[in-house]
Order: sequence, then structure tokens, then C-alpha cells
Amino acid sequence: MSNFFSKAEVTSSGRPVFLRNEVECHLLSGVDLEPEDHHHFSPLKSGIFILTTHRLLWLPSSSATTPTSASAIPLASISHIFSSKKSLKSVFHSPRIRFQVLVSPDGRVFDPGSGFNSGSGSRSVVVTAVVRGKGDCDGFLVKFWDSWRTRAWESNETSGSGSGTGLASGSGAGTGTGGGLYSADGSVRMVGVAGILRKEQEMWETTDKSLQDAFQDLNALMSKAQEMVKLAEKMRQKLLSGTGSQTSGTNDEDMGSKEEIQDWLLSVGIISPVTKESAGALYHQQLSRQLADFVRTPLERAGGMINLIDAYCLFNRARGTELISPDDMLQACSLWEKFDVPVMLRKFDSGVMVIQNKSHSDEEVFARIKSLVTKPEALRNGISPTDAAMTLGIAPAMAKEHLLTAESKGLLCRDISPDGFRFYINLFPEIDPCNIYFVKDYGICSTWIKAVSTSG
Amino acid sequence: MARHMAQTADVLKTFPRSASTVKEARPREMQKLGDFKLPHFFNYPPYFTLQPVRETREKQVQLWKELILDYCRTQKIFVIKLEEEFPLFSNSVIERTLSHEAREAFLLALAAEGRAEWLDKGHRSCLILWHRIQEWADIIVNFVKDNGFEDSVMTVEEIRSGIESRGTELHGIDRTILMRALKLLEQKGKLAIFKGTSTDDEGIKFSV
Repeated sequence: MSNFFSKAEVTSSGRPVFLRNEVECHLLSGVDLEPEDHHHFSPLKSGIFILTTHRLLWLPSSSATTPTSASAIPLASISHIFSSKKSLKSVFHSPRIRFQVLVSPDGRVFDPGSGFNSGSGSRSVVVTAVVRGKGDCDGFLVKFWDSWRTRAWESNETSGSGSGTGLASGSGAGTGTGGGLYSADGSVRMVGVAGILRKEQEMWETTDKSLQDAFQDLNALMSKAQEMVKLAEKMRQKLLSGTGSQTSGTNDEDMGSKEEIQDWLLSVGIISPVTKESAGALYHQQLSRQLADFVRTPLERAGGMINLIDAYCLFNRARGTELISPDDMLQACSLWEKFDVPVMLRKFDSGVMVIQNKSHSDEEVFARIKSLVTKPEALRNGISPTDAAMTLGIAPAMAKEHLLTAESKGLLCRDISPDGFRFYINLFPEIDPCNIYFVKDYGICSTWIKAVSTSG
Repeated sequence: MARHMAQTADVLKTFPRSASTVKEARPREMQKLGDFKLPHFFNYPPYFTLQPVRETREKQVQLWKELILDYCRTQKIFVIKLEEEFPLFSNSVIERTLSHEAREAFLLALAAEGRAEWLDKGHRSCLILWHRIQEWADIIVNFVKDNGFEDSVMTVEEIRSGIESRGTELHGIDRTILMRALKLLEQKGKLAIFKGTSTDDEGIKFSV
């Protein structure tokens, strides 16, 4: 059945979870996947077919996906890629991509991490991908060949894992294989954060040289920058695995600086940015999903709402290369309506656009603003957007939007004077126009009078 | 008119003093403008900024209308000139002054209710009608009846500043308003206005 292929993990917004250093290369839509003469298997119909440097991924295209139905074929298990036949017949058919995968004795696609040797009693099955959607099928095939021949998965294979997540490298992974933090001959054996920092220093020194090379032309710069991102990710992985293996000398301070470095490295970049080249017609859709995944951390930090411009800058900074245009950003955000993602685009009356959590509620913000403006000091002098920003823990521009919204709901009113633009609690509804001197003994109006009269 | 100006000057003179006494006489003592008692919300800064939100603004305009009429009635002010200082339009305690736009908006709102009339197309000065013209006409009729002038002749100036009108609301009335009320009564046949022979002043022949 469907466990013929390995399962691929996807994020909540439907983007695949990539392995370490895995980069997305090409996407095709409307692809059916069917193994030839493997009758226990019901073909996967009309999905998104993604080529990465490590795997072939098939994702169901409908938005109502169950994460379990996404499948993966490690490129390592592919034994042959058939070149496309240019026959008269093929003109009338949907384009096909055929390749041969090794199958392990238990009837599943050979998994390089499963321990079976590719030579030992395995057989091959031909799998056909029928491309019914529009897309650059020939381009896909070229990239497919490239990725398969490059064998990127071999350069950073971790010891135990390979099933699907790949991220969970064990505590022992830090030694021997991988990143090259510990040299094989043992001459420079550095331990702990100090070692990492020193290594980092060395890295920067060598990078300095590579940067000089890189600036010679733009393409070179792009490829160098990509290397930088890879390096950063490698460092992060090292730190992750390091926490387990080097508990002896670890104190709180060490942990703190480790986390800091991790944060810093994470902010260096997105390993596999969705690009127009790789995604083609699916560009905005995939970009939209990636963006949804990306903004969740900054959103949390910003208290549930973030300026679109800020998100744009952060996102592009994370991508490093392959920058997107503001138009693409806007389009990607507008597509969120169609997907089941936890974030949404919101436009304020003033035209300012923000990204907010779907769970974000204005009522909660209003309640906080109300308690803010009813403090004695605010009753006397009002509040400025800066005051609100500090109390609410958000950006001043954002705070102003909240205040303006609260004003439009009749909660606040404005005061414009040489002192600036301030907001007060709205007293107007409480004043009786038939008797302008009358003040009720209760209510916000009398509270206000008390606050004002005690100011001296 | 001269009297109104003098009164305004008077109020202006007393304004800073009264403001400072209020500051000391807190709490809960209301601020005063001359002998005019100001409502609490006069010290509410947003009261002096034209509010953009419709509902809030309607209420603000309403409160300003009441205050302007109240103030003008007690201070016998008939004309507000937008380009001149008007004591009600600024508050030295909280250091707020109404913008020209706000002043015009409040007076326009009064005019829409027939409680004010622009004296010029440029909206520079405005007649404040705390009594409508019809109400002024009724006051004149009552004044005539009370004094037994039913068939007498008076000059316009006599009505405004004569001994008979002293102590009534007609004393010191704005000439424009008085003429409008008289013309209204003339249309109803209750009096006749004629040009005096010796003076520039107009004469009134009542026939109530």
C-alpha cells in the first residue's frame, strides 16, 4: 500500500520538512505517481512533485491534506533515470518521467538509512511520474539528473537517522562524521562553546577571503552566500548535538551563550528558499506556505501582530539570496485565505497592512488599552502611541493603529496640541447635553474629574 | 455692538484671574469665565480637538452648541468673529485652543438649527441667536404691550437703549437682530418701519 514509499513530514501550512542542507530544486504540479508492476500499490493521484537535492517528494495538492499522505523517495534509492523518449506517441501523451528505484526485501522503497545494503538481495521497480499539470518537465529531468549525480545526501549523512526527519541526530553524531568541527586526525580538538567560537572565528577569516572572490560577480556571490547559509546551519546542528554530548563542562552561562549562538545562526537564513526557478507556476502558493511557517516565530515575539514591511525585511533577510519583491510578498500573503494556515493578512483603515495570528483578538487589545487609559496619570494627560507601545510591548506604529481602531470604536478620543497627538478615554457619551453641568456620581466621568482635581 | 465689544474685553480681562483662582480652589470647584460657570468637560483636552469619529463628533458638536448658546445668552454676546479672540474658544488652564476649522464647524452646526446666521459669505462673523428671530419678535410684542406702546412711535435706537427697555432682554440687543425681528413683525402688519426725516435712525409705528 502507500507505505511502499517512505512518509514525508510536512509543516502545518503544508510545506515539506526538509532534511539538513536539503535544498528544493524544482516543482511540478498535477503529478501522478505509480510504480509499474507493483500491484499492491494504489497510485498517488494529482499532487505536487518536488525535487530536492536529497529526495523526491510527493504532496497531495488539495488544501485539505492529511500530513500522513505525503510521500518521499530518497534519491539514494534511485538506481536509474530513464531519459525521455521523443517519439510521435509521446506528443499526444502527458509527459512522463520514469526512474528505477531499489526495493528492499520487505517490499518497500530502499531506504539508505535502514541498514540494508543496496546490493544484498534487493530488486528494482520502475516508477512513472505522469505530469498532467503545466510545468517544465524537461527542466525537471535535467535537475533530477543533476541532483542525483551530485549525491548531496552523502556529504552530510548522519549516523543513525535517515527515515524522514533527519534532524534528530543522536548525541554521538558530533564526533567522527559530518561538519568537520573535530578534525579526523585529532590535531586540533576543540571542545565546548569556546571551540565553536574559535571555529567560527576561523570560518569568518576564510569567509573573508571567499567574500572577496564572491564580489567578482553576482552569480558567484549567490553561490557563496548559499554556502554561508549552509555553514551556519551546520554550526547550529553541531550545537544541537553538542548539548547532549558535552554535559560535563556545561554551566548556565554556557547554555545561555549557546542559545544565543543558535538564535543567531538560525537568523542567518532559510536553507531552501522557494524560488521562481524551482517552483515555477506554483511559486506564489509555495512561497505563501513557506512564509506562513516563517512568520510564526517573529509573530510570537511581536505579540501576535507584525507590520507587513517588517515581516518582508525579516523574510528577505532570512532568505539571504533569492530575494522576493514586495509584490510577491503581498501575493503570498493574500493566498493565505485559501490555505489552512494559522496566520492572516490584515489591512487597517489607514492602509497599514499587518500579519497577525488568526487567534489574535482585538477585544483583548482594547481591554488592555482601556485599562491603560483609565489609570490616573493617563486620565490627566492621555497616552501617546509610544506609551501604548511600551505597555503593550509592540512597535509604536502598530500601537498607533490599535489606538486609532479603539478610537473608531468610540473607546478613545484624540487630543492634538503642540504637545503632540494623544489619546484620552472617551467621556463624551457620559455627558448629558441637556444639563452640561451635571455629573453622575459614578462612571468614568466622575473618575476623570477626581483624577484631574487631585493633580494640584 | 460697542457694548458687546466692551463686555468681551471685560471678560478677557477677568479670564486669567478666574482661571488661576480655579486652579487653587480645587477640587471639584468649577472653572469660571468672568461670572460664567464652565462645565467640567471644559478642561477635557479632546473637547478642543475636532473628533474624527462620527458618533463622538456629533456629541462633541452638541456640547459645544449648548455651551456657546449658554455663554452668549448670559454674557449678551450677539456676534462671534472667527478671526478674533473669543474667550470660550481657548482654555489657558489646559493650554488648548480651538482650530479655525473646529470653530467654523460648531457655528455651522448652530446655523443649521437656526441658532446662528453668517453675516458674510466668507464665514468670518456669525450672528448668535440664542433666541430665534421669531422669539425676539414675540419679546418685542410683549415689551410693547407691557409698556402700553400699542399705537406709539419709537425709534430703533430707543428700543435698544432707551429707558423703557432697561432691564429687559431688548436692552443692548444687536441692531441686525432687532431689525430682522422688526421686519418680521412688519410683514405680519404689526408695525410699520419708516425712515426718519431729521436723523439717520428709523422710526417704528406700532399697531399691535
